[in-house]
Amino acid sequence: MTGDGAAVVDAVEAVAERIEDERAHLTELDSAIGDADHGGNMARGWAAAAEAARDLDDPDPQTVCKTVGKTLMAEVGGASGPLFGGSLVFASAELDDGIDAESAVAFAETYLEKVEDRGDARVGDQTVVDALTPAVHTFKKSVETDELPPLEALAKAVDAAERGVAFTVPIRAKKGRASYLGWRSVGHQDPGATSALYILEELLAVAADALDAEIPDVDATSPTIPDEAAEDDSAAAEDD
Amino acid sequence: MAQRVSVTVIMKKLINDPDDVVDEMLDGMTAAYPDRLRRLPDTQVVVRDDAPVEGKVALVTGGGSGHEPTHAGYVGDGMLDGAAAGDVFSSPTADEFEALIDACDAGDGVLAIIKNYEGDVMNFETAIELAEMEGVEVESVVVNDDVAVEDSLYTSGRRGVCGTILVHKAAGAKAAQGADLSEVTRVAEKVIDNVGTMGTALTSCVTPEKGEPTFDLGDDEIELGIGIHGEPGTERTEMMSADEITDALTEAVLDDLDLDPGQEVLTVVNGMGGTPQMELFVVNRRLQELLGEHDLETWDAWVGDYMTSLDMMGASITVCAVDDELKELLGAPADTPALTTK
Repeated sequence: MTGDGAAVVDAVEAVAERIEDERAHLTELDSAIGDADHGGNMARGWAAAAEAARDLDDPDPQTVCKTVGKTLMAEVGGASGPLFGGSLVFASAELDDGIDAESAVAFAETYLEKVEDRGDARVGDQTVVDALTPAVHTFKKSVETDELPPLEALAKAVDAAERGVAFTVPIRAKKGRASYLGWRSVGHQDPGATSALYILEELLAVAADALDAEIPDVDATSPTIPDEAAEDDSAAAEDD
Repeated sequence: MAQRVSVTVIMKKLINDPDDVVDEMLDGMTAAYPDRLRRLPDTQVVVRDDAPVEGKVALVTGGGSGHEPTHAGYVGDGMLDGAAAGDVFSSPTADEFEALIDACDAGDGVLAIIKNYEGDVMNFETAIELAEMEGVEVESVVVNDDVAVEDSLYTSGRRGVCGTILVHKAAGAKAAQGADLSEVTRVAEKVIDNVGTMGTALTSCVTPEKGEPTFDLGDDEIELGIGIHGEPGTERTEMMSADEITDALTEAVLDDLDLDPGQEVLTVVNGMGGTPQMELFVVNRRLQELLGEHDLETWDAWVGDYMTSLDMMGASITVCAVDDELKELLGAPADTPALTTK
């Protein structure tokens, strides 16, 4: 979490690699409830995004995010293009002064807001929003209320997203292609939410790398209100 | 004893490579109308050759290919300023819509006419928001005239189908008169509020990519309420006569519109791409009889292929209630590759 565009390019490359690795799995998830194109579309889009990001000459984080967003919009297609890519273009407006804890929160909130608006989806609809909402809320609380270091806040956000993805399994899809299945969508993990988790996991790994730090071991459900946490038996967040 | 071998039959198509169909179609189209249509470089966007047209609100639309002459066929005087073509039955991407808006805006604002499909709506809305950030004034309307089904494959709510052409026509005429963006948008909404459509398929369409029927329909079966991508409709029944099919479609549309006796209407009998005109006129004959039985007055009756579904055999029936304003606009001059009125 420096103000360095190069770290963001690294993150994009890591995401592209991860999505390519998970391509078959994402397609499998999508074929159960959709039209089996999520893995291929996302892999194609992120590969193009990584290439576009690499081609930038000494960019700032905002330029990288905007470029990646535009490339995803153009290459992913369907609903995922505007959801994953368009939201990134809009959220990049929050990075005028680079990335710090404050702008990262604003970026995350804007991203979530755009995804919710564009997809007209809320928590519980079995969509990408189910992964993003707990991640963004946890990140914001960790930074603003608990005053945790950014890396730990991001680790908690990833943990929250993982729970969000698990939450998509036992609920019924209300938005997106899976919603046409009605009750038959129950029992299936949402591919979009899964992609979002992979992206967040890679952001965390690259952020830890850039800071030359270990990925903190956290539990998003543990109470972390600073003063109490210090008094109570050491919070799970401290475990390692 | 002869052995039965199961083979996948790839239907014959006049194409080169499925991946090149849209690209080659657009080049062929602009080659057919070189002084009227222009393709934006490195895109699947077709605009009027003279775009952006000064002193006029611009009308833009787009969507998946395979519905020709929709969309670019309606680009021209009195209708659209430009249209983005997606791949077959897939939405154009947001950056293509953005390029379309940028190319057509002359500073008087842009009306985006969107058919209600999830991908079209999301990609168009993203493009609109980006264009607005660049200072372009954009309004949008979502057409949802298909009375057959709520929520289906690709859609939340009702689907946008053949009634869209009437939106292009009326709003396009209003824009050509020099009306401002809010007035042009009001006219588009007025058509949307007064139009209903329902279609039927006698056969499935065959996409270039797949090369075989999108859905199975028995030799003696038809699907009522079919969507323009072969999405399921309301009912699969045994083959019926043209009059029976016309009655079923028309009654569903009239039920939805709930018009007063004496109301004037414009009707469209639209071919799905693989239907002989002969059959469309047979349908129109019964449609007009039926409207008479309902005490409705036909102001104008259009028959032809306006919003197709590749090679699907079948037809849709559109009814639009018209008042003096809509009659003036729907009857106003238009000069486009697919629709000319004088």
